[in-house]
Amino acid sequence: MHIFANPNRFLAIARPLTPWLGWTGALLLAAALASGLMLTPADYLQGESVRIMYVHVPAAWLGMAGWSGIAAASLMQLVWRHPLAGVAARAIAVPGALFTAICLATGSIWGRPTWGTWWEWDGRLTSMLVLFFLYIAYLALAGADDERGQQGSRIAAIFGLVGAVNIPVIHYSVLWWRTLHQGQSITLKGSAIDMSILWPLPIAMLGFTLLFAAIVLIRMRTLLAEAKVEARLKRMAAA
Amino acid sequence: MKAKHQRLSLALIALVAIIGAGLLAMSALKDQAAYFYTPSDAARDHVRPGVAVRLGGMVQKGSIRREADGVTIRFVVTDGAEAVPVRFKGIVPDLFKEDSGVVAEGRFEPGGGFVADNILAKHDERYMPPQMAGEMHRSESLKK
Repeated sequence: MHIFANPNRFLAIARPLTPWLGWTGALLLAAALASGLMLTPADYLQGESVRIMYVHVPAAWLGMAGWSGIAAASLMQLVWRHPLAGVAARAIAVPGALFTAICLATGSIWGRPTWGTWWEWDGRLTSMLVLFFLYIAYLALAGADDERGQQGSRIAAIFGLVGAVNIPVIHYSVLWWRTLHQGQSITLKGSAIDMSILWPLPIAMLGFTLLFAAIVLIRMRTLLAEAKVEARLKRMAAA
Repeated sequence: MKAKHQRLSLALIALVAIIGAGLLAMSALKDQAAYFYTPSDAARDHVRPGVAVRLGGMVQKGSIRREADGVTIRFVVTDGAEAVPVRFKGIVPDLFKEDSGVVAEGRFEPGGGFVADNILAKHDERYMPPQMAGEMHRSESLKK
């Protein structure tokens, strides 16, 4: 990873990679959502509302994967002092919060026709809401540090690591506690979702993930450019 | 020991401590964080009548009865071992049906019955097209 310690070397790869990731992701996503809306059958119990799954599940995955990424980058920043790790963690936070919010919103819309409620304080829903608040807190913390000119400050990194405790809680919430949310449909042993309904889901997840990666790269480049401008202004002020 | 290794071991120890603390907290929460009582729990814990609780289980097959006023329904919630008769006045979700999961919010009556203010449907993790679902949709989500 230390090849990328030089931001210029990182940018040389990130710049051409961004449109590739973005467009491939958008195409996969369009294909998956169109199939999910038109080609797959409705569920025997939930009817058409099952189609919310093709947005809800990828959004949940990215919300959780996003924080796992923040935790990994924070560890790299704290231990190896990688200069881009802090930038990567900050870049992930906004899209991570966005997808967590999408997950909560689509889940709420899905819950109304199926369970009969917009919101219930069960283990899965509450732990996901906590994840959203963690993202907001991370953004506030990192933003406050950056404003004080401590771009590489370690407080946000420590918070990113500590917050990772919530990720297994979300994952196991439906196993540890009786919840209104149903158990895991897809496990290592296979899927409880029939193939005819399931097949667009992995495509949608891949599409959303590539799009997420493109957003993160764009944000990393923005943060690096901002730092460059800041440094240049400082030099000019000193001269 | 290089500074890098020192930081790595420090971070790993901190991580193990945090995760351990988290797991301890979660296992302490285990019973309190349960979203509903099953009929067996309610019998074992002697839930007092009049206390607001949620009761969850399966709607017993053939137990849904509509009263003469047209808006009150009676049904039996069961978890296989125990069963509780429930009375509810109002509109139930579409997914509320016999042999399917349900969570009733309300309170126990002195006689052992349950009066619900609100009914939520709980479905399981299996999704399939209508033609496949025949007899195979008996929910198992409560056995966990």
